[in-house]
Amino acid sequence: MYAFDFERPKTLADAVKAMTDEDAVMLSGGQTLIPSLKQRLAMPSKLVSLTGIDEIKGICTDDEGRVCIGAATIHADVAAQTHYPALAALAGNVGDPAVRNRGTIGGSLANNDPSACYPAAALGSGAVIRTDKREIAADDYFTGMFETALEEGEILTEIKFPVPEKAAYMKFEQPASRFALVGVFVAKYADGVRVAVTGASNEGVFRWSEAEAALGSDFSAGAVEGLKLDGSNMISDVHGSGDYRAHIAAVMTKRAVAKAG
Amino acid sequence: MPKVSMTVNGKPATGEIEGRTLLVEFLRESLHLTGTHVGCDTSQCGACVVHVDGRDVKACTIFAAECEGAEVKTIEGMAADDGTLDTIQQAFQDHHGLQCGFCTPGMVMTAAALLRDNPDPSEEEIRSYLQGNICRCTGYHNIVKAIMAAAGQDTSKIAAE
Amino acid sequence: MPKDGGIGDATKRREDVRFLSGTGNYTDDINVARQAYVHFLRSDVAHGKITGLDTAAAEAMPGVLRIFTGKDFEGVGSIPCGWQVTDKHGEPMQEPGHPVLAQGKVRHVGDPIAAVVAETREQARDAAEAIELDIEDLPAVMDMKAALEDGATKVHDDLTSNLCFDWGFVEDNKAATDAAFESAAHVTTLELVNQRLVANPMEPRVAVGAYNRAGDDYTLYTTSQNPHVIRLLMGAFVLGIPEHKLTVIAPDVGGGFGSKIYHYAEEAFVTFAAKALNRPVKWTSSRSEAFMSDAHGRDHVTKIELALDAENNFTGIRTETYANMGAYLSTFAPCVPTYLHGTLMAGNYKTPNVYVNVKAVFTNTVPVDAYRGAGRPEATYQLERVIDKAARELKVDPIALRRQNFITEFPYATPVAVEYDTGDYVATMDKLEEIADVKGFPARRAESEKNGKMRGLGVNCYIEACGIAPSALVGALGARAGLYDAATVRVNATGSISVMVGAHSHGQGHETAFPQVVAEMLGIDPAMIDIVHGDTSKIPFGMGTYGSRSLAVCGSAMVKATEKIINKAKKIAAHLMEASEADIEFKDGQFSVAGTDKSVAWGDVTLAAYVPHNYPLEEIEPGLEETAFYDPANFTYPSGAYACEVEVDPETGKVTVERFAAADDFGNIINPMIVDGQVHGGIGQGIGQALLEQCVYDESGQLLTGSYMDYAMPRADDVPFYSVDHSCQTPCTHNPLGVKGCGEAGAIGSPPSVVNAVIDALQSGGHNVTHIDMPVSPSRVWQAMQG
Repeated sequence: MYAFDFERPKTLADAVKAMTDEDAVMLSGGQTLIPSLKQRLAMPSKLVSLTGIDEIKGICTDDEGRVCIGAATIHADVAAQTHYPALAALAGNVGDPAVRNRGTIGGSLANNDPSACYPAAALGSGAVIRTDKREIAADDYFTGMFETALEEGEILTEIKFPVPEKAAYMKFEQPASRFALVGVFVAKYADGVRVAVTGASNEGVFRWSEAEAALGSDFSAGAVEGLKLDGSNMISDVHGSGDYRAHIAAVMTKRAVAKAG
Repeated sequence: MPKVSMTVNGKPATGEIEGRTLLVEFLRESLHLTGTHVGCDTSQCGACVVHVDGRDVKACTIFAAECEGAEVKTIEGMAADDGTLDTIQQAFQDHHGLQCGFCTPGMVMTAAALLRDNPDPSEEEIRSYLQGNICRCTGYHNIVKAIMAAAGQDTSKIAAE
Repeated sequence: MPKDGGIGDATKRREDVRFLSGTGNYTDDINVARQAYVHFLRSDVAHGKITGLDTAAAEAMPGVLRIFTGKDFEGVGSIPCGWQVTDKHGEPMQEPGHPVLAQGKVRHVGDPIAAVVAETREQARDAAEAIELDIEDLPAVMDMKAALEDGATKVHDDLTSNLCFDWGFVEDNKAATDAAFESAAHVTTLELVNQRLVANPMEPRVAVGAYNRAGDDYTLYTTSQNPHVIRLLMGAFVLGIPEHKLTVIAPDVGGGFGSKIYHYAEEAFVTFAAKALNRPVKWTSSRSEAFMSDAHGRDHVTKIELALDAENNFTGIRTETYANMGAYLSTFAPCVPTYLHGTLMAGNYKTPNVYVNVKAVFTNTVPVDAYRGAGRPEATYQLERVIDKAARELKVDPIALRRQNFITEFPYATPVAVEYDTGDYVATMDKLEEIADVKGFPARRAESEKNGKMRGLGVNCYIEACGIAPSALVGALGARAGLYDAATVRVNATGSISVMVGAHSHGQGHETAFPQVVAEMLGIDPAMIDIVHGDTSKIPFGMGTYGSRSLAVCGSAMVKATEKIINKAKKIAAHLMEASEADIEFKDGQFSVAGTDKSVAWGDVTLAAYVPHNYPLEEIEPGLEETAFYDPANFTYPSGAYACEVEVDPETGKVTVERFAAADDFGNIINPMIVDGQVHGGIGQGIGQALLEQCVYDESGQLLTGSYMDYAMPRADDVPFYSVDHSCQTPCTHNPLGVKGCGEAGAIGSPPSVVNAVIDALQSGGHNVTHIDMPVSPSRVWQAMQG
């Protein structure tokens, strides 16, 4: 790693201030950032740890019945909550137990790895992503592989998940990293169904509108039978071609619907 | 140079660190607790698993500075003061749950975390919990068996040895 | 029932206590006062000419002690290859130089170009980034067949081509084998890839070099399976340090699987730099660095043909293999696709005609050498896959076809130059059918089908040549070393014993198993016996641990040395009891005079040896210490039969191993618990190869699987419990323990059964799939199902 200063503010306000330094980088759980620092892929002047800020940790529900999760909440705690079981199940299968004890929901969403699980949950739930400055709808938040609507120094503080009637996440693991080769989050709300696919596309997590339409009128595994995604813009690597990912996305969608019940 | 203070295996530990000093580096290089190992640089092998404030974490993927004031437990803190192995350590020896020994500290610390939260895990739960701990020697057979035994389960019916 | 702690007892491992309590002593745990750290600047291109290398700015950076480049190693020896293969025309293989640091050219991603030594690791790395390096890219030589075409870019300009050797085995068999194919009733052909793997012991390599100017002597601490081999190769061939001035210490080593046999550039560098700087120098590999600097394994592309007569008897086996050597010849690389591969091509079957052709090829990739099994997994995989394919083509039961062709009489001289001393392939297959519950398979398949899954059963046999190896034989075949081993048994005055052995334990449990043998022979408590290994200044010249040789070769030396001890002790006992030596009986640690009640204990004799007050000094020397070297008369031939059951998800192609059974014949067993563990571990690696692991380069020579993010290591949830059995025992006839070796069997025996099971499952589901290359990943299975 390159040398850097380390700061661990106790309040959001102090964190915002700390982030005004040039080349300051936020550290949440660090489960992705630290390995990339080891590879010297980043050269921060300062790391600003968000793990000491209690005000952006924890889980509650708001007046609209949404589950509100502090951005610095670790995966293990998201997995333990009972307000949104499909989200808990997803969180309980991110990485491995030790990673879940450090990695945070905010860190994952800020990084927006194209194979991460949380982006599928946030997009699939139509979550609202709150920062120190504003609220961003999930539909506007994910802008590409490792890209989000966050501005320089903007700190993710909370994610608000509307709780669906039914939901499930199915992940088909890449055998080495155990990230999603393809992961599909399906959620049925009163006003429609959302289907978000991670791991597959060169453009990061996306909504599968054909499947949403089909499931909107008939929420059953049979409704998506025969639907196909185009594999040409899917990730193709040693673990599977774009066509394979497109195929698996359809299979996982079907299975997620079946699991959601 | 900034200082960090934490409790390691029940004893206070203080040392100078850089911002980039990882917990595993602090343990191995400053405290000379070399039982915690480094087997990869992508946070996957789990040879470095220790407990920080009661949770199993990868000591290679947490900065020492993050552990200010924390209670850290490493493999060196598992046995009794007189060296008597604890239940999990003893089960690993009894069931030949280790060969080269390099992944072993992480395996034991992970198993300890599992059994604390889930004292009677199924085979599937054990295998799943070990996702972040790679062993190249044992084919996992005797590791899983040792953890089952440490949980007090009857392992005599496991596929013939 | 075995005696407590003696031969056959499942003694718990004594070394576990230190490993379990965090007090092991691995190389990275060793720090020498005043040590500096080295970081290697490695090539990020596969093939190129170094056109500029300016270290001036980097040299001036904080903490930098010195930066070394290829220039510093001009006149220093090349990293040697330990085996010279002779090609089918009787010519020696082409052997390129292998510099410690690149000399003008880089030949694989990871090839070391410069070495920065600094006060801290990070300073060394900082400075390495400041080195100004210009490389003119050259075309990367990646595909083995293309590499052999006329006009192909050469990996080594000074060689005539990229062909290391074109080897025929046995060349005299060729005509008869071709004739067998001419007259065959049926020929089954299979083209397959045995993919490149990375050994990945969990401990990455580490080397610490130290130099003592006063004595002009060196110490190298290194993660090695064979410290004496490293001392010999590095001292004699690279750095020119005489043995008495060089100590090599391999302390606790965190697994090897072959990858820590070889002498590596980093070892030579830290030793060289320690003198140049008069400071100890330490190198610790990261895992990412390991992927591009540890020798890789396998990487064969093969066409195998099997000829059968009208009664389905095997009449001929013919293979053509391209074996990737990588960019340089690693220590034992040429031996792997030849004498560890061609010699096993007869397998467990009485096939009269066998001909093996191997073309070894240089490419711009990391050198390839032995990985657990080394040549024998490749042979087993080809043979057991082609037999399975033949059975399907002929619509006969694959087990029955194997049984029909088993070798049943021993000793058996194969057409490929080896003589199996013992074996009972029928017995291991019988045992396998029992423990795998082959009879119950149809019911389990029906159950899987009910759940929407395809289920398959795959079986294979294996034979391996272990206990490497008779020196005269391997010398004739090109080895540049003897492959004996050595042990010194030092009995102390109070009767406790230190046994110094040439074998090295890096997971195998020698510290527990070896004392079991000596304790059994002497009838004393094994707690009185300790094993010393891994330090050339303490142990006799032994060749280390690989090729499942430790017990069969080093253990035999230990037995011989212990026999010498007993003989001398009897002389001393005879003197103490004033009896004739011929009348002395030795049992359970007691020396007695036959037909009398006179006896003396072990401790009385050992004390007399060191306090020779009442001692026949005119006849025998005081002390009780003996050394023996043992050179095996033949290889040993462990064998067995393995079965795997898989489920295949027809929608995703994902394969799940549901059951795995292994019936092995290892001859006699010293510690059954350790033997089981060795087999488990080998099976885990074999399943890894079959389903998960692959080292992949792109066309430009970039490593696509350079970390655990892309190189899929088997995890606990990828494998089931295994049923293993070693009750079929046909003891080896030519070593004193009757042991055969068990370290590699699991890795050799398991991949074919997994793939055979997948093919069985797919065919049961109506898919006309006859082969899928490993790793049989979900996407490959799915692709195959698409037709």
